[in-house]
Amino acid sequence: MKRTRALPAGAARPRARRVYTLSTGAVAAALVVVAAGCGGSSSSSSPPAQPAAHKGGTFTILANSAFGVADPAQNYTLEQWQLLIDTHDGLVGFAKAGGLAGNKIVPDLATAIPKPTNGGKTYLFHIRRGIKFSNGQTLKPSDFVTTFERQFTVPGPTSFYSGIVGADKCSTKGCDLSKGAVADDSGYTLTINLTAPNPEFMDQLALPFAFAVPAKTSPKLTGNNVPPGTGPYMWKSYNPNTQAVLVRNPYFHVWNAQAQPAGYPDQIIEKYGLQVSDEVRAVQNGQANEVFDGDQIPSDQLNQLNSPKYASQVHVNTLTADWYFALNTKQPPFNNVQARQAINYAANRAAYVKIAGGPSLAVPTCQVLPPNFPAYKAYCPYTAGTDHTKWTAPDLAKARQLVQQSGTAGMKVVVNGTNDQVGKALVQQMVSDLNAIGYKASPQLLAASIQYPFVQNSSNSAKWNVGWSAWYQDYPAPSDFLNVLLGCGNIHPNSDASPNIAAFCDKNVQAKIDQAESMAATNAAGATALWTQVDHMDTDAAPWVDMYNPKQIDFLSKNVHGYKWSPQWYILIDQLWLS
Amino acid sequence: MATLLEQVEADPGLRPAVAGRNPWALAARRLWRNRIAMASLLLFLVIAVMCLAAPLYAHNVAHVNPFPPNLNGHTVVNGKVVPVMRQGGGVLHLGETPIGPTWDPSHYFLGADSLGRDMAALLLYGGRSSLLVGIGAAVLCSLAATVIALIAGFFGGVTDSLLSRLMDVIWAFPVYLLAICISTELLTHSNGFQFGPLHVQASSLWLPTIIIAFIYVPYVYRPMRGQVLSVVNKEFVEASTAQGAGNLRLIFSEILPNVVSTAIVLLPLMIATTILTEAALSFLGVGVQPPNVSWGTIIQDGTDLIYTRPWVTIAPGLMILLTVLSLNVLGDGVRDALDPRAKLRVEG
Repeated sequence: MKRTRALPAGAARPRARRVYTLSTGAVAAALVVVAAGCGGSSSSSSPPAQPAAHKGGTFTILANSAFGVADPAQNYTLEQWQLLIDTHDGLVGFAKAGGLAGNKIVPDLATAIPKPTNGGKTYLFHIRRGIKFSNGQTLKPSDFVTTFERQFTVPGPTSFYSGIVGADKCSTKGCDLSKGAVADDSGYTLTINLTAPNPEFMDQLALPFAFAVPAKTSPKLTGNNVPPGTGPYMWKSYNPNTQAVLVRNPYFHVWNAQAQPAGYPDQIIEKYGLQVSDEVRAVQNGQANEVFDGDQIPSDQLNQLNSPKYASQVHVNTLTADWYFALNTKQPPFNNVQARQAINYAANRAAYVKIAGGPSLAVPTCQVLPPNFPAYKAYCPYTAGTDHTKWTAPDLAKARQLVQQSGTAGMKVVVNGTNDQVGKALVQQMVSDLNAIGYKASPQLLAASIQYPFVQNSSNSAKWNVGWSAWYQDYPAPSDFLNVLLGCGNIHPNSDASPNIAAFCDKNVQAKIDQAESMAATNAAGATALWTQVDHMDTDAAPWVDMYNPKQIDFLSKNVHGYKWSPQWYILIDQLWLS
Repeated sequence: MATLLEQVEADPGLRPAVAGRNPWALAARRLWRNRIAMASLLLFLVIAVMCLAAPLYAHNVAHVNPFPPNLNGHTVVNGKVVPVMRQGGGVLHLGETPIGPTWDPSHYFLGADSLGRDMAALLLYGGRSSLLVGIGAAVLCSLAATVIALIAGFFGGVTDSLLSRLMDVIWAFPVYLLAICISTELLTHSNGFQFGPLHVQASSLWLPTIIIAFIYVPYVYRPMRGQVLSVVNKEFVEASTAQGAGNLRLIFSEILPNVVSTAIVLLPLMIATTILTEAALSFLGVGVQPPNVSWGTIIQDGTDLIYTRPWVTIAPGLMILLTVLSLNVLGDGVRDALDPRAKLRVEG
C-alpha cells in the first residue's frame, strides 16, 4: 500500500497523513490555536547545543520504491516530505521535536507568527533577512509568491491555498496572486489576503507545498529536479530508479532551532528497489540505517523483531490515522441508517486488527477521530457490553435485528477494496461480516492506484456498496477528518477527487461543522467541544465502518541514536546521529 | 535398393501383427503399455479426485468452511484448545502468526493461512480451481486453435494470411506480459469482462480461463495449421471433393479426423502449461480472485510466512510440481502413442 503513505504523485487523495503520539489532544489543539491566533510568538529561540561529536556520516534509508515526481509543489507523500523538511522551509513550520511538541507551529522563514487582521482575512509576515537558498541566491518575500502561484500552475493539491485572493482565477495555464500574496522585497514583508477567515491557515502554511523556492523556478512541474531550498541539506540527486542523495547546504545557518536545527549526518541517502524483507535484513546486518516501509514488514520478520536482540532498534508509535470502510449512502442497502448501524455492530474489529498485525500494531475503533487527536473523546456505541468507550466484541444479535428492521436482509452488497495482501484480507473479512447478518456480499478488488479514484467518483456509485479507505492526518485539526471526509462540501459529483467517499451529508452535522470552524479563532475550547459532538454524531449516523487506528514501526540499525518521533513528520531523520 | 517401407510391404513377416486395427485403439494400446505414462496418469487422477473431493474433506473431516476468514477461531492440538492465530512474543508482541501443521486430518492438518483458514481444505479447493482453469483453458485454447487452423489451412489465400498474421501479432507479445496486461485491464473493470451478451464477473474462474486460453491460441494454431496444410491436398480430400462434398463436410469429415491427433498430443502439455500460467498469474494477483482460491493464490499468501509457516507455500508448490510433472510425462506418452512415426518403434 503502500497503503496510503506513499501515494503516487498526483493521486487524488487530497490529504493523507500522519500522526500524534501522546494524549491530551485538546491541549495540542490549544497549542496550535494559540500559536496561530495570538500572534507575536517569539521569533527566535536559542538553538539547543548540538554535540559536534555526533555530526558526520551517511544515513542510509531503504525504501521499496521512490516517491514519484520530486517537485515539492505536487508531491504528496510522507516519503518525500520526510526529506523535504530537511531541505526546505516555509513561513512557519511544525517544531522539529519529538512527542506533543512536534505539533506546535513555530515561525520558520517568518520572524514571527502574525496575528490575523481584517476579520481574520489578512496576515502580515516579516521575512528573515540573510537567508540563502542552496544555490546561493538570497531569499526574498517575492519567492513566496512564486511558491503559492506554482500550487496552481504545476498544479498541487490546490484546496489548501484556494482561499488566497485571486486563487479562484488560477489554473495550470497561469496564476496571478499579486493581490492575494503581496511581497515587499525592500521591507521584507509578505502580506497574504484571504477571501474568508481560515483557522487552519497556519497548519496549511507549514506543509511542504508552501515551502519556499526561488522566484525564478519554472511555473511548471520540475519533474525529478527539486528546486533549491533553504534547509540544512540540499538535493544532490534524485533518480526514482536508484536513489536520492541529500548533502549539506553550504549556505545554511541556524535561525530558529525549533523550526530548522542543523542536522547530524553529513549525507542522507535513500535507496530504492529492495523488497521490504531485504530492507530488514540489510538493517539487521548494519548495511543500512532505516527501513522506510516499516508498515509492510512481513509477518516472518515481525517475529524476528520481537527478539530482545532488536528491542532497542524497533520503535512503535500510534498514528493519528483511520482505516475504515465507507458505506455508500446513496445506494441500498446503506442509504438506510439502520443497515449502516447493523454492519457497524457486526464488524469484527478484532479480526481487522489481526490483519493489521495484531494489537501491538493497531487499535480497534468505532469513531472517526483517532485517539490522541484534538477533540477526541472515546466513543464506541457499536460494541457488545455496556461500556461504550471502547470496542470489545461484535454484537451480532443487535446487528441482525437492525437488518430485519431496515428491510434490507438478503440484499446484494459489493465490497470494494485493493488487491494487495492486506486489502484482500480486509475485504474478505468484511464480506464475511456482511454475510453473517444476512446480506449476500461479494468482493470487488482493484489495483490500489485505481481503487481510490474509483470509489470517490460518483459515476461509479451504483457499482459498489462498501469501499475501503484510509486516512492519515495532514495536520492536527479535527476538520481534517470530520469536514474533509464527511462534510457536505467535499462531495464533488463525477470527480475522482471527492474525499467524502460515503457521499454522506447530514444538514445537522454540517451546521455543527460550520459553527465549529467559525468559532475556532475566537473560542478554541468551544470549537473543540463542537468537534467532539460532530465526531459522535457522525459515529451514530454510521457512514463508515471504522476498523482501527494503525501504529507505525520504525526499524533502525544498532548504530543509530537520538530517535525522535514527531506527530507531524514521524521519524526526524536529520536529528538522528550515527556511532 | 528398396526402401524400408517397400521391404516391409514385400515381406509379410515384417508387417505389424495388428495391421487393420482402429488407429485409436492402437494408440490406446501403445499408451497402456507405457508404464511411466500410466503411472503419471494415475498420479494425475489421484490429484484430481482429491481436489474434487474437497467439499467432502472440508465438511466431513475437517469440519470447516475454508473460505471466510477465521482469525479469531480456535482448534484442538494434543487435546488442548488453542487459538488459530497467535500474537507475536518477545517484548513488542508484533504480528500474528497462524498455527502450523498439526498432522491431524480433523484439526488443521497443514496448519492455517494468514487469515486463519484451514490450509489442507484450502489446498484441495485451490486444486479444484487450478485444475478447472488449467483444463478449461487448454481445452478452449485447443478448440479455438483447431477451428482457426482448419479455416486458415483449408481456405488458404487471404483468409490464411489474415488469420496467420493475427496469430503472429498475439505470438509477438511475451506470453506472461500479455496475460498480465489483459488480466489487469479486465480485473480493474468493476463489471469484469463484457462482450455482447457474454458477461463474466471479475471474481469468476471463467475470466482467467478465457485469458489463458486466448494467449496460448497461437501456440496450438501453428502446428495445427501445418497439419491441415499437409492434409488438405491429399488424394482422399480430392476424391471427396470430386464426389461433391461441401466445405463443411470436407473440413469436419475428411481433414479434422486426420489432424485431431496433433491437438490431442498437445492437450496434456497445454494443460500443464496453463496450470503453470494460472499459478503464476494468481501469484501476481491477476489470476484467480477471491473468494476463490488456487494454488497460486495460496503461494502468494504464504510468501510472508515462508520462514515461520513454510507449508503454506510448500504444499501448493508440491501440488503444482506433481500435477505438471504427471501431465508432462503423460503428454510424452500420448505423443509416442499417437505419433505415426513412432508406430514401428513402439510395436517393434
